Amino acid sequence: MHDMNVVDLSRLQFALTALYHFLFVPLTLGLSFLLAAMETVYVTTGREIYKRITQFWGKLFLINFALGVATGLTMEFEFGTNWSFYSGFVGDIFGAPLAIEGLMAFFLESTFVGLMAFGWDRLRPGQHLAVTYLVALGSNLSALWILIANSFMQMPEGAHFNPATMRMELSSFSELIFSHDAQAKFVHTSIAGYVTAAVFVAGVSAWYLLKKRHVDLARRSFRMAVLFGVLSTAGVITLGDALGFVGAQAQPTKLAAMEGLWKTEAAPMPFNLVAFPSQTYRTNYGAIQIPYALSLLVTHSLTGSVPGMAELEQDAKARIRDGIPAVSALKTLSAEPNDTAALAQFHAHEKDLGYGFLVQRYAPDVSTATDQQIATAARDSIPQVAPVFWSFRLMVAMGLAMLAYFVLAVIYTMRNVVEHKRRFLRVAVWMIPVPFLACEMGWLVAELGRQPWTVFGVLPTWMSASTHGVGYMIFSIVGFVALYTLFIIVEMYLMVRAIRLGPGDAPDAHSLHTSQAARVAGYAEG
Amino acid sequence: METYAVLQDIWWLLLGVLLIGLATMVGMDMGVGTILRYVGRSDVERRVALNVVGPHWDGNQVWFILGGGAVFAAFPLIYATAFSGFYVVMLLLLWSMIMRPLGFEYRSKLPSAGWRNLWDWALFISGFVPMVVFGAAFGNLFRGVPFQFEWNLTSHYTGSFLALLNPFAILCGLLSLSLSVYMGSVTVMNGAEAAMYERARHLARLSAIAAIVLFAIGGVWVHGMSGYAIAHGPGAGVPQTPLQQSVTRIDGAWFANFSAHPLLWAVPLLGFAGMLLGVLAAGARRSHLAWWLGALAWLGVIGTAGAALFPFLLPSSSTPDQSLTIWNASSSRLTLAWMLGFALVFVPLIVWYTSWAFYVMRGKVKADHIVNDEHAY
Repeated sequence: MHDMNVVDLSRLQFALTALYHFLFVPLTLGLSFLLAAMETVYVTTGREIYKRITQFWGKLFLINFALGVATGLTMEFEFGTNWSFYSGFVGDIFGAPLAIEGLMAFFLESTFVGLMAFGWDRLRPGQHLAVTYLVALGSNLSALWILIANSFMQMPEGAHFNPATMRMELSSFSELIFSHDAQAKFVHTSIAGYVTAAVFVAGVSAWYLLKKRHVDLARRSFRMAVLFGVLSTAGVITLGDALGFVGAQAQPTKLAAMEGLWKTEAAPMPFNLVAFPSQTYRTNYGAIQIPYALSLLVTHSLTGSVPGMAELEQDAKARIRDGIPAVSALKTLSAEPNDTAALAQFHAHEKDLGYGFLVQRYAPDVSTATDQQIATAARDSIPQVAPVFWSFRLMVAMGLAMLAYFVLAVIYTMRNVVEHKRRFLRVAVWMIPVPFLACEMGWLVAELGRQPWTVFGVLPTWMSASTHGVGYMIFSIVGFVALYTLFIIVEMYLMVRAIRLGPGDAPDAHSLHTSQAARVAGYAEG
Repeated sequence: METYAVLQDIWWLLLGVLLIGLATMVGMDMGVGTILRYVGRSDVERRVALNVVGPHWDGNQVWFILGGGAVFAAFPLIYATAFSGFYVVMLLLLWSMIMRPLGFEYRSKLPSAGWRNLWDWALFISGFVPMVVFGAAFGNLFRGVPFQFEWNLTSHYTGSFLALLNPFAILCGLLSLSLSVYMGSVTVMNGAEAAMYERARHLARLSAIAAIVLFAIGGVWVHGMSGYAIAHGPGAGVPQTPLQQSVTRIDGAWFANFSAHPLLWAVPLLGFAGMLLGVLAAGARRSHLAWWLGALAWLGVIGTAGAALFPFLLPSSSTPDQSLTIWNASSSRLTLAWMLGFALVFVPLIVWYTSWAFYVMRGKVKADHIVNDEHAY
């Protein structure tokens, strides 16, 4: 049986390592395309300044990229190490996009990133440009396949349960990869990466403009970044809305949690701008509402209604009762694979198998589950509302703030007055952390909102974790926290240092000073 | 034979190809990390060694990631059971490997001897530890690992972390380490000159000789070991769970496939030939030839393990009946078929552009070039 502390610790570890990894990914996604754009200008116009621009941002790209690659290793293995049951149960479907990511995308990105860094003197300009584009293509394809995998967890399509193998199996590859959730999510997430890169490049450039250093490079970089940024921010918000629209059908519980919607209300429904949801009392305190807005936002009409959590919980209760015979039948089939009566019973109830698993947490032998246990399991089917509600609002607020910032930046750039707007430039520097935080919030909305499931409606989180002891989990979490903390300090230090040194690379950046060279020689011999 | 059974066999072979690719390509970079402090005596020399693999380590590392992804996609129960069972070992592997990208990328970014010294040690650990773990994991496949399943295939590992570091596993770990040091050494020979070249040449010959001895001892050891054999079960190409077979333990069972198909003896012979000729090629300063002989040695070693274990992937020492095999741990027919399609298109493409990348960066790494090149490690 599962130790719930271990499940919670496994969730904590996964969230920590995934959120950390996701600090570096968006910048890679976006900056790779910005580099390609900068280098395109260099190759088509032949102006040296753009080569220096590309090389400078390329250097920062690589500092970020290294940690993205390093922490990506953890993600590739953590499903197996910590989500063992999950991996066996859906590996037939979920493993495929991960392996294809390696084949199609990660090899491309990683092989060519080496040439991008080392190939300046070995490749013709056109060849090097092609290499840079391949890196951008590779990193974005990588995101595509990861998000296809993630979308399966959000909205499982193209799969069925096979009692002969006791697991979920693929029934349609095209349904898996063309899932609506995957499409909206890929575009939303990768464009969020473009926004991140745009804010980063604009912010660093603004700092140079404030310091009146490398002004030519900074001015040009700023201009490219804000153009890229205003388009991407508009795109990320539009696609976020589309994702919400798809998600509303796929995961009504997530939507209800995002909106703090405890009960279904008559259309047109108001939108909770601010509220303090209480899980215990199932209500919101201090809500500030905008009339009609929720129906408009979610259903794109004034007559649309959205189910609230009380109703969804009742639905879950019915599905749990229906899922119980499916789980019982499976247990029989595990010992007697040829039992036709059990097989028929399973097929009659298989669509609610996952809900049967929900109550198995409280009643290991599901056939003896009491009404009380079923009610508790149904209560579980609603995620923790406050964290989902607030991370969603923070994400949206940051998105809107960035849109306003980029619109202003475009106006100032077009009027050619940006360098005189010193307060605005200072804001631009302080904007740098915002898209990173917004991306983290997006992850939290998507993953916390999906609870209590790892695969929505199919596999509960409590079953998915590996059966480790608490001691192992503490050991690994402490190890990850220690290493990752050290790494981020080193990364930030090198990043800030590289920015301070600026383009054109001071000579001490790479070779050792004479005295230090002597010390190096000394330690090597001694 | 059923298509499903054929697909299972093909994926078993493909897994072998991926493991050989992983061992060769990642093993060479890790070998360079392991020997960094020996072949490079000054900061500039160490930078030369790092820049020999500098443009390629990241691409090579994807073999490792793809290895994980392919096991997940083609044999999900292996991915689930082995990675959680080997928890602490996997963490050591991961934590040491995480230091590698940072070691390459960050080491030469600061002009401080202490800083660089620290990262040199990190690169040593991230070369040495993963290769020993890689070999030791293989060693444990021969002995079997204590795990069992509940009715719904929840797996429980019942052994300790230290049990995974038994003498036979350590022997396999050392074999893997020797081959990696060999590949790292000939890679340094390919890209470096003068004193570094000579030190690497010396190491290449030593490590290949060590590998020959370790591989031979391993063979004798396995001969006396108690292996596993399927007594009865649903067989190939039948959708099944690991709860439906019966497995017996028999002394010398790991030689059964070789007795049944004597042609298989060619596989370990290829391994020995690769290592032996590798010693000679390194001695004769034919470093490119020596590299390919090292790849041949890996093929022989991993192929031998595969030929002995077939059709087992992960035997259970505590509940042998629940041992994982190609037949009960593989993905469904549809998944294997789709994945095969992707592999057939992309693996040749990967080999092609990887070769191009090596071609572009061919030749010796010059010390003065590194000092003046702001992109160098």
